[in-house]
Amino acid sequence: MAKELKLMKGNEAIARAMIASGTDGYFGYPITPQSEVMETLMAERPWDPKGENYTGMVVLQAESELASINMVYGGAATGKKVATSSSSPGISLMAEGLTYLAGAEIPCVIMNAMRGGPGLGTIQPAQSDYFQSTKGGGHGDYQLYVMAPSSVQEMYDFVFDAWDIAFKYRNPVLILTDGAIGQCMEKCYTRDNVPRWTEEERRANAPWGTWGKPATRGHNIITSLELESSRQEVFNQKLQAKYAEMKEKEVRYEALNCDDADYVFVAYGTSARICMKSMELARAKGLKVGLLRPITLFPFPTKQVAELATRVKGMLCVEMSAGQMIEDVKLAADCKIPIEHYGRFGGIIPTPEEVLEAMENKIVK
Amino acid sequence: MAFKGQIVIDIERCKGCGVCLEACPMHCIELSKNVNGKGYNYTHTVNDNCIGCASCAIVCPDGVISVYKVKC
Amino acid sequence: MSNLDIVKPENLVYQKSKVLTENVMHYCPGCGHGTAHRLVAEVIEELGIQDKTVGVSPVGCSVLAYNYLDVDFQEAAHGRAPAVATAIKRLNPDCYVFTYQGDGDLAAIGTAETIHACNRGENITMIFINNAIYGMTGGQMAPTTLLGMKTATTPYGRDQKLNGWPFQVTELLAQLPGTYYVTRQSVHTPANVRKAKAALKKAFENQKLEKGVSFVEIVSSCNSGWKMTPVQANKWMEENMFPKYPLGDIKVDGELVKK
Repeated sequence: MAKELKLMKGNEAIARAMIASGTDGYFGYPITPQSEVMETLMAERPWDPKGENYTGMVVLQAESELASINMVYGGAATGKKVATSSSSPGISLMAEGLTYLAGAEIPCVIMNAMRGGPGLGTIQPAQSDYFQSTKGGGHGDYQLYVMAPSSVQEMYDFVFDAWDIAFKYRNPVLILTDGAIGQCMEKCYTRDNVPRWTEEERRANAPWGTWGKPATRGHNIITSLELESSRQEVFNQKLQAKYAEMKEKEVRYEALNCDDADYVFVAYGTSARICMKSMELARAKGLKVGLLRPITLFPFPTKQVAELATRVKGMLCVEMSAGQMIEDVKLAADCKIPIEHYGRFGGIIPTPEEVLEAMENKIVK
Repeated sequence: MAFKGQIVIDIERCKGCGVCLEACPMHCIELSKNVNGKGYNYTHTVNDNCIGCASCAIVCPDGVISVYKVKC
Repeated sequence: MSNLDIVKPENLVYQKSKVLTENVMHYCPGCGHGTAHRLVAEVIEELGIQDKTVGVSPVGCSVLAYNYLDVDFQEAAHGRAPAVATAIKRLNPDCYVFTYQGDGDLAAIGTAETIHACNRGENITMIFINNAIYGMTGGQMAPTTLLGMKTATTPYGRDQKLNGWPFQVTELLAQLPGTYYVTRQSVHTPANVRKAKAALKKAFENQKLEKGVSFVEIVSSCNSGWKMTPVQANKWMEENMFPKYPLGDIKVDGELVKK
């Protein structure tokens, strides 16, 4: 696809960005509200040399999310750019694969269009997988790099950024969005296709990959198993050092009207968009309100929250959950100022008015 | 035509499972009364009847037997 | 000529494959895994595909297969090897890709991945070691455990009412149109080893045909789990396992073998 301006769904943007960013493979399983990702890929048929969007990318519908994440594990272990997408219950099934991917240090991209839980829950948007995304989900001490787009354009752009981070750190990247952004249609600037890596590029970018052992090197082994505890501990220390480097170098956020703010909303994704309007309503009433929007949820913009906590009077965390990100905000602010949560859940998106009211009642008082 | 053979056993890798004894048609191997570094009664040859058929080697789970063979 | 004079390079007729590493295998004495590993290595060496082969190991006793076979290797989560191998092959169609799984991995926790990889007709080789027990975790009942067979979780013998029937997964997979070659072998005697090796060689060579899964079951003993000596276990296997899991080809060139 060439560079152009198009109207598209967030899910479609993810799919088109995968093709355009030189992704080698996608393995998925249908689940609402993100099925358009695979539907778009199947319609575009990038594997077909006769198709208009031929890149050589492999697309396969798996028999389950368990299978699709393990296909990602297999394909990505060969040093290729392999991705999947799902929604909350499907991500729970993928948790096993995610911890193996992190444990074996395999770069890959996963998209979660969150829906309300727990259990089968609802198919409407929610943000209740923050803990699952940033505090584990699977077992063991591991971290995904977690990006939270708040527009269709960011859905598109973050796929490109995700590949850079994934290979730079040999780590899975999770694009954490929700059903609202996945389903809503917005304008989106697409990019010229980045060609898929050549065989030489693949080998140079992933010298650890399992593509067949040439005589010039020993065999590459992709595993997360280490029966010798002393070596496992050293490996875990290496992972932690990697996560520390991400915290140092790869934090992304957006600060709107924070310079003169007395009060600040902290919100990501869909909630951040609601807060933008609430901020506008507040400013119209003479309340100096700003918005801090974490773009990366891991690593979390801890320093930015801490700095704000030294000069604002209070913060309201707005999430479509019972209050998950607020824990990271409170830790960062170190109890210096009042911090409260406002959230709706079960698939309900709060209105700008009720969010402003919550700010006034809980923080401004 | 007759063949004469000889096997070479990597004693330290042998686990003394005895599967090769059953496979040998010439009854020329037994488990030693001595043990290797891991404490296994390793396999060893007890006579010159070997015909180099390699039956012992191809059933050995640990690949500890090399086989040599000549026509005679 | 004394026998010692025979030991010269020109007289060498058998030695361990170069595709095996120098690591001493962790398997119990007499375990069929070692023999099966050896045969896989010999086949890879003889086909000259060491630089194009990628193996996928399971969770179970053979989780560490990558320590012994000198080819690129990935260790899959329990039961997921067929899904892992699917993507490796689809993204690297020039590679020879094989899974190596035990009965618990392939026929219990990974049943869905096994059946669907076979049903899609992935161009991979699947090697299935059936010793009717969970060896690594201490000898519990496997899906293929025989009726009446005592294990750590069937201490009074497998009872059909409680535990269901032994699972003849290989016969089931042979019914799927995506399997091209399905066979059952063993590695406990020289003759059986030769047949098993020929089957494995065919199963690897078939990948060039792009006609679907080549599936090799190897009925094996677990003398530790069965609480027998290696030689006793092999005899017990012949008498008890083979009637339920008869050796021989089940499907050849995409056609079921008529019995």
